[in-house]
Amino acid sequence: MLANQIGYYSLIIGLFFSFFLFVVSIKDFNNLNKKINQNVFILSFLQLMFVVISFLSLILSFINSDFSNETVFNNSHTTKPLFYKVSGTWGNHEGSLLLWLLVLTLFIFLFLIKSRAQPKKYRILTVLFQQIIITGFFLFVLMTSNPFNYLFPIPQEGLGLNPILQDPALAIHPPILYLGYVGSSIIFSASLAAVTQNYISKEWSQHIKKWVLISWIFLSIGIMLGSIWAYYELGWGGFWFWDPVENVSLMPWLTLTALLHCILVLERRTLLTSWVVILSITTFTLSMCGTFLVRSGILNSVHTFANDPARGIFILVFLFVLIFLSLGIFFIFHKENNKDLNSFFWLSKETSILVNNWFMMYFLSVVLIGTVYPIFLDVLSTEKISVGPPFYHKLIAPFLAPFLLFMAFGPKLKWIKSKIENKNSIIVLFVISIVLTFGIIKNLSVNVLFYTVLITAAFFLFFTTLKELFVKKSNNISQGIAHFGFSLFILSILFNSILSSEIITNIKIGEKYNYNKSEIFFEKIEKKKESNYSSIIGYFKITDKNGKVTQLKPEMRAYNQPIIVTSEADIKTTLLEDKFLVMNLVKGDEYFNIRYQVKPFMLWIWISVLLISLGGSMSLFKKKYEK
Amino acid sequence: MKNKLNSIIIFIFLSFCFVVFYKGLNNSNIYTPKINDEKNIPIFKAKDFNSNINIESEKIFEENTYYIVNIWASWCVPCRKEHPLLMELSKNQSVKLIGLNYRDNLNNAKNFIIELGNPYSQILIDNDGTLGVEFGAYGVPETFLIDKNKKIIKKFIGQINQEIVDEIKSIIK
Repeated sequence: MLANQIGYYSLIIGLFFSFFLFVVSIKDFNNLNKKINQNVFILSFLQLMFVVISFLSLILSFINSDFSNETVFNNSHTTKPLFYKVSGTWGNHEGSLLLWLLVLTLFIFLFLIKSRAQPKKYRILTVLFQQIIITGFFLFVLMTSNPFNYLFPIPQEGLGLNPILQDPALAIHPPILYLGYVGSSIIFSASLAAVTQNYISKEWSQHIKKWVLISWIFLSIGIMLGSIWAYYELGWGGFWFWDPVENVSLMPWLTLTALLHCILVLERRTLLTSWVVILSITTFTLSMCGTFLVRSGILNSVHTFANDPARGIFILVFLFVLIFLSLGIFFIFHKENNKDLNSFFWLSKETSILVNNWFMMYFLSVVLIGTVYPIFLDVLSTEKISVGPPFYHKLIAPFLAPFLLFMAFGPKLKWIKSKIENKNSIIVLFVISIVLTFGIIKNLSVNVLFYTVLITAAFFLFFTTLKELFVKKSNNISQGIAHFGFSLFILSILFNSILSSEIITNIKIGEKYNYNKSEIFFEKIEKKKESNYSSIIGYFKITDKNGKVTQLKPEMRAYNQPIIVTSEADIKTTLLEDKFLVMNLVKGDEYFNIRYQVKPFMLWIWISVLLISLGGSMSLFKKKYEK
Repeated sequence: MKNKLNSIIIFIFLSFCFVVFYKGLNNSNIYTPKINDEKNIPIFKAKDFNSNINIESEKIFEENTYYIVNIWASWCVPCRKEHPLLMELSKNQSVKLIGLNYRDNLNNAKNFIIELGNPYSQILIDNDGTLGVEFGAYGVPETFLIDKNKKIIKKFIGQINQEIVDEIKSIIK
């Protein structure tokens, strides 16, 4: 109860600090003193503290199951384990917005501390732009999604957290993803500030690179966690469904990746400045756009949280204010450095990065169109369509092969002007890739030409980066690891999709099912009762064609609050393949419907994403980038 | 000049996007479950709220009249809000209200009825929430309209309002 009040008033106080910060910063802007007024630091710190207090009091309300708080009432329950009570704090709309605010205020404070070497006016402008965003979110939270709404009379029991959200990967997925999303707000504010001060330069890029890398790493890992959750919890046996909400997190990742590469160019030569600014703006707008699409309920998706047009309109207006503001600033202040424009030599690192950008833009437009087009069509013609995986696969896969080849060549090139060296080793690696691919493909019944091209390209990148890492001892390990991780990622996905097999059948207890020299034996079921759910566990023995026996125990859970039945797949992960079994009750029958899948290289998909992120992290901690 | 043209085009395009999104918001995606294939009421046994005796469902729905099954609980805030409307409905002669007391403390539930009045001709206890599942409920409150053929013809998720009451009245007339 008290925590509720404290949380609410802390939020209002936090909003007031935004106003103070505006006043103090604007005053300080024209002050000739070279240092930023100490008050800006203090105010920013206090604002952060009050948001922290507010966030902690919401967590406290969740821990104490204080159902006088509407958010707690709607999303928690006394029988829930403590871990999920805490993670329930950000598992809902109101709490997750509070988390946004927390990260926003945290990052601007860190920015202030970490940017002491930068020009004063640039820093103050960054604070101002960031405060516009922060004020917007404060108003959004207080006006449409207050996490501290009071309920009277106090309900005795809460409505519970959706059981499919009760999962460890999902408990940490939102905070990590938000660190990535919101980290891009700093890049947004900083690049706008830099444009107005005409400060898009080598020094600026070295300073902003850290922020780009941080957001990029968190975003990568955040997306992966969401994907792991979908794989383990949703029980569909896939890890990426091209669901609108997944796409929405992928889009900022694409622009951020392009931005990261542009920054590398900018570190060396004052080139691609328009790219850098536009990508900084788009990354954050896409993050915001994601919030809009997910939170407003305009999209149909497994993630749809609440349908509340009032919230949607607020974010929508706010989003477009930010877009118009930022584009306005860009058009008014940005001056392209003309003398450098024509100095691209066709075979150079700059060109290859430019090519990479265009690939990223292509992938982005595919995903963007696939996600937004149904909305446009619905509004303009009232026709309802949904865009599924085939659309994305057909449009993305053919472009993946040249993209992978460019990834292999690009890093080998030198800045400014280059020529192809070691022609022989390239040819050798390429021939090895083709032969290896063909050897694998010819035994499989798939589209030979299509997969040969794609897998050859992936293998080529794989071997090239491997050679760079181990044979040549390249001085740019972070890039090597990231690109190697990407080749591994594509290879795992391709082989996973080609080699996966699936059996769907109805089976009784004690029955055996035979196929392809393999056998599924349904031994027995067992009933279990936990505090927040009761469950049926099936015991299965699976003998594969090599005679290897695997025990799998899929589970069906009936949660009590709210009442939802979920299927928990049992997955046995080994280095080379995952065995995945999920069961469902066939109504009014003693039969169970089972789905058994063998999915090769699943583990490597996660490992490769971690490798990609590791590459980014190493670059973050490296003092000097390349020679 | 070229720059200006670009910015105008971008401005117009973005404004167009804004309008589309704005309209899209109002084309709300809220799902109102429509029961097209009318479902029979489930067959079950339940304890009576007052007498604590087990009753079979056929006994409960034996009269040739419309029934409304309302799932409620004393801890449920929307239930409290919709209660006056249920009281209003209960005055109607051509319908009988059956209450399903969902996962509740019996004493709290009794106090709730004493405080706000009893619109139900019969109240059943659903302690573990299984009865609600039988009806296909997602939570509380939920209201089902059952016709003379003992089929569920309407289902209302969440707190009912005056519009829904009028709709029910027009059906049972």
